[in-house]
Amino acid sequence: MSETIKTDVLIIGAGPVGLFAVFELGLLDIKAHLVDILDKVGGQCAELYPEKPIYDIPGIPFITGHGLTDALMQQIKPFHPTFHLGEMVTTLEKIGEPLFRLRTDAGKTFEVKCVVIAAGGGSFQPKRPPIQGIEPYEEKSVFYAVRKMDAFRGKRLLIVGGGDSALDWTLNLQPIAKRLTLVHRRDEFRGAPDSVNKMRALVAAGGMDLKIGQVTALEGGDGKLTACSIKGSDGAASRIEVDAMLPFFGLTMKLGPVADWGLRMEDELIPADTAAFETNSPGLFAIGDINTYPGKLKLILSGFHEAALMAQKAHRYVYPEKKLVFQYTTSSTSLQKKLGVA
Amino acid sequence: MPKITYIEHDGTKHTVEGELGSTVMETALRNNVASIVAECGGSCTCATCLVHVDEKWFSVVGPPSAEEEEQLDAAFEVKPTSRLSCQIKVTEALDGLVVHTPAYQGR
Repeated sequence: MSETIKTDVLIIGAGPVGLFAVFELGLLDIKAHLVDILDKVGGQCAELYPEKPIYDIPGIPFITGHGLTDALMQQIKPFHPTFHLGEMVTTLEKIGEPLFRLRTDAGKTFEVKCVVIAAGGGSFQPKRPPIQGIEPYEEKSVFYAVRKMDAFRGKRLLIVGGGDSALDWTLNLQPIAKRLTLVHRRDEFRGAPDSVNKMRALVAAGGMDLKIGQVTALEGGDGKLTACSIKGSDGAASRIEVDAMLPFFGLTMKLGPVADWGLRMEDELIPADTAAFETNSPGLFAIGDINTYPGKLKLILSGFHEAALMAQKAHRYVYPEKKLVFQYTTSSTSLQKKLGVA
Repeated sequence: MPKITYIEHDGTKHTVEGELGSTVMETALRNNVASIVAECGGSCTCATCLVHVDEKWFSVVGPPSAEEEEQLDAAFEVKPTSRLSCQIKVTEALDGLVVHTPAYQGR
């Protein structure tokens, strides 16, 4: 589809630890690309607690998830990392000693000397509603994301949820749908007030339906949805005929494709050595919350330490003929030049 | 210390001691109540520590805050007595509390 991207290191996961890995690698002249399934950097700091304070970053008594992400982005700016956001690495194969080929679900191919898995709790994926028998409809008539709006043209759509995703897609798809129904568990919406107003205006004008309640059952066959049962918050049951359902209940962390890469795993974690946080496959590293070793603590600060040691070992694979001389950023002119401060 | 009982969807009962000042979510994790996931660690941002407070106890526990109510939108099979257990602080008044945990927290 597209040409192969060749670089030194691919970092899987752009959370705080993945971002700091760019810094440690950059000091050693190692170039990195990052892939993250979210459409933004910061990982859990951005998705789960952007506004919540973190109190245990050394030297920083108090910082929010958002603040830490911004600070890390500033810190790694001199190294010009390339981000591939909204993409998931689906396959990884070893093709050299070490050399890896990875593919993403967006059709990109990478060839890199080292891989750093900094995927935290795994990939953020949409929550699936616990409706009996939903699986056969998924990706056929139940969708957790809209890839091509045109696929919904002329269809009877049911959107479920009360946040911005549910409201945005309601407003975007309403003009092209045959009929659109929004179902939410309460008559209040946490989405942007402007979107809520627009949606309510459409309901008032008869352009769409709003139902307060929960979807309880699906009807159809061969992956083709024909109707949904809804239990109203007032207890009343109703049934509406639909061609597709789009539930938006936020994201949850799932390990994802990492489990299929032939790595030794322990309880959905990747065992790594504590000298370089390398896995059982040379050149393949695991840092941050996704790894495990005796005494492991799932702390951002531990991930930062792991990134530093990982970079030392990665240097041997990327520059096998160069001897690495350990230097401090406080005193080394060469490091300061890389940081753009000397 | 206040005693808290968690009844899982399959009927499994855990009666444990809650530490004053901690939360009903933390108490569940410390005592291996598996149906509490608590993905975000208690930040009220993931809705994976849902409990249905026993009807008799709901008036003591009280309703969710506006912020918590918004998060409940990302949970499933929410009932009028549903709460996020990370937002319930353990107090002496909750001695004997009974909560029911759901079969599925979204993962």
